[in-house]
Amino acid sequence: MAEQGTFEGYGGRHVPEPLEEPLAELAGAFDQLKNDEAFQREFESLLEHFGGRPTPVFHAETLSERYDTEIYFKHEDLLHGGAHKLNNTLGQALLAKRAGKERLIAETGAGQHGTATAMVGALLDMDTTVYMGRHDMGRQEMNVFRMRLMGADVEPVERGNEGLAEAVDAAMEDLIERTDETHYLVGSAVGPDPFPRMVRHFQSVIGREAREQVQELHGDLPDACVACVGGGSNAIGLFHAFKDDDVAFYGAEPAGKGLNSGQHSAPLSATEREDPEVFQGMRTRVIDDGTENHSVSAGLDYPAVGPEHAALQELGRAEYHGITDEEALAAFRELSEAEGIIPALEPSHAIALACKLAEADRHDTLLVNLCGRGDKDMRTAAEQFDLS
Amino acid sequence: MSGGTGESRIPAAFESEPAFVPYLAAGDPTFEASLAYVEALERAGADVIELGLPFSEPIAEGPTIQQAVVRSLDGGMTVERYFEFVAALDVDVPLVCMTYYNLIYQYGDEEGPEPFVERAAAEGIDGFVVPDLPAEEAGPLRAACDAHGRDLVSIVAPTTRDDRLQRLVDLSSGYLYVQARLGVTGARASVSDRTTESLARVAETGTDLPRAVGFGISSFEQARDVIAAGADGAIVGSALVDIVAEGHAEDRPPEETAAELEALGRELKEGALAAAEPEASQAD
Ligand SMILES: Cc1ncc(COP(=O)(O)O)c(C=O)c1O
Repeated sequence: MAEQGTFEGYGGRHVPEPLEEPLAELAGAFDQLKNDEAFQREFESLLEHFGGRPTPVFHAETLSERYDTEIYFKHEDLLHGGAHKLNNTLGQALLAKRAGKERLIAETGAGQHGTATAMVGALLDMDTTVYMGRHDMGRQEMNVFRMRLMGADVEPVERGNEGLAEAVDAAMEDLIERTDETHYLVGSAVGPDPFPRMVRHFQSVIGREAREQVQELHGDLPDACVACVGGGSNAIGLFHAFKDDDVAFYGAEPAGKGLNSGQHSAPLSATEREDPEVFQGMRTRVIDDGTENHSVSAGLDYPAVGPEHAALQELGRAEYHGITDEEALAAFRELSEAEGIIPALEPSHAIALACKLAEADRHDTLLVNLCGRGDKDMRTAAEQFDLS
Repeated sequence: MSGGTGESRIPAAFESEPAFVPYLAAGDPTFEASLAYVEALERAGADVIELGLPFSEPIAEGPTIQQAVVRSLDGGMTVERYFEFVAALDVDVPLVCMTYYNLIYQYGDEEGPEPFVERAAAEGIDGFVVPDLPAEEAGPLRAACDAHGRDLVSIVAPTTRDDRLQRLVDLSSGYLYVQARLGVTGARASVSDRTTESLARVAETGTDLPRAVGFGISSFEQARDVIAAGADGAIVGSALVDIVAEGHAEDRPPEETAAELEALGRELKEGALAAAEPEASQAD
C-alpha cells in the first residue's frame, strides 16, 4: 500500500496479514477499472436505467422562506432502494464480478446498505450474505424483509451492542475465511484501503450532478454543502465535487442524547478530543471508551468515522457538528409537514443542522443531501409522534 | 521472573529441537488462575510462550479467543496489569507479547511504540506479535525492538506472496509465524495443504529465521505433521484456550484446568518431537 491510501495520515490498511494481499489486489483492480471506459459505461448505464439517475435537486420553498435562506435538497432518497447506497453497491459489485468473485457480503445498520447490496446481488446473480446486528434487525425490520425477498441471507450478529460495528466485525471474519470467492462490499467510506477512496469514487456522482443542478436552478454554486455523517459516504459523495470550490462543508454527526451525555456516536464533534486509533482496519477518530455508542438512527450509530472526514476536519476544510436524537426527530417531522417529503432519520440530522446554520445566518444558500427516505423509520415515528 | 535485561532469548529456543509454542490470553479468566496456567504450559515443555494482551476490538480472532479476551477484560486486565502479570510469572522460557497496534502505540506519554517496548522489555517480554500492524508502518516498532534487544515476529499468511513475503522476512527477528490456513483463529481437524506451500515459499527467500506454524493445531498428530512439513515449531492457541473456557464454564478448580493444560501441552510437545525421530513417525 502506498501513501494514496491515506488522508493526512488517517486511513491506511491495518488488517491481519491474510487480508493484505487480497486488499492490495482489490486496490489494483479498482485503480485499473476506474479509468476503464467500458466499465464506466456499464456503471453509468445501470445507474440510469436501474437506479433512476440523475436524481433531482429540489428547492424547498417553505423551509427557505421560514429560515430566510435558500435551501436545496439533493433527492438521493429517490434513488432506487430509497437511499444513496446503490451508487456504491452497484460500482463495487460490478468491480467484484470483473475480478471473478461469486459472492458478496456486506454489513448493514439501517438495512439500507444491506438492501442495496441485496438488489445488486439479485441483479447480477451473485450469492449475497448480509450481516446485521440483532438490535438493528428489530428496529429496521422492513429492510430485513426486503433483503430476504431479494434472495439475500441475513445473518443476525449477536455480540456487543448488536449494531453496525459488530456487523462489520462479523463480515470481516467471513472475508478472512472465504477471501478467494468473496467480495466484502463495505457500505461506507470506512475500513482499510482501498475502501474509503473506492466508496468515495462511486458516491461522488451525487456531488457531480448536484453541482450542475444547483447552478442551473440558482445560477450559482451553493455557499455550503450539508450532509449527515455515519461512516461518511453520502457526505464525501456530495462534498468531493466541490472540493476546489469556495463552498463550505458541514457534516452532521449523531449526538444521540447529547454530546456530553456519554451516549452518542460523534467522534469528530464530541467535546472530548481523542487521539486517532486504529479501528476496523483504518487509522481514524473513534468515540472514547467511556461513551456508549448510540443514535436514534441505525445508519449513524457507528463509533468511528471515515478517515477522510477526520482529515478534512483537521485541515479545517469541513466542520462537524453534533445533532441530537431530539433535534433530528424534530427535523424529520418538520420536513414531512413543510415539504411533503418524509426523510430517513439519517438525513434528518443534516436537515436539522442546515436549519441551525440558517438560523445562525451563516450562509445564504445551502445544499443538503437528502440521502434517504423515511419509510424504514415509520415504526420509530409512529411511537415518537403517537401516530397509531 | 528472569529476563528483563540483555537480549531476547527467543532465537536460542529454536536451536536444539522442534519447539512447542503455546498461546494463552493473560488473565483469562483471572490473574491468579492464569499465572498457574502459563506455568503449567512451561512444565509441559513449552519452548516459547505467546501471552495475549487483551484488546477490546480484536480483529480476525475466532469466537474462542474473542471470548478469552472478554473473560480476561472482565477479570480486570489492563496494560498495567499485564505488565504486573509478566513480572509475577515464575517461568524461564521466552515470552512473546501478542497484542494490537493501539495498545502499543498509545502507551506512555511519548508518541510511538518506544515506551511500551521499554516497559515490556524491563518486565521480561522477549518479543512482540502485532496482527494489525502493517509492514509499511512497522519501522518505529522495529527500531524500538532493536534498541531494547527484543524480537518482532511477523505473521505470514497463505496469501502472502513475493515482495511482501520478502519484506516481512526482512522486518522480522526471532521467528516467523506461518499461518497454516486462511481464516480466523480456532481449532480445526486437519492441517491444510497450504501449510506445506507456505513453508516452501518462506524457504525460497533463503531466510534462516525459524518458522513456527500456527492456526488450528490441536493434537499430537497435527503438531507432528507441521514439523514433518518443515516447520521449526508448532503454535497452539485455541485448543488450549478451549480448556480454560471449559474449566471456567464448569467452575472447575484451577488446579484441575492447569493439569489438563499440562497434559495437552505434553501431547503437543511430544507430537512436535515425534516428527524429528524417524522411528516414532513411522509408528502410525
Ligand atoms: C439513508 C442513510 N443515510 C446515511 C447513512 C449513513 O452512512 P454514510 O455516513 O456512509 O452516508 C445510512 C446508513 O445506513 C443511511 O441508510
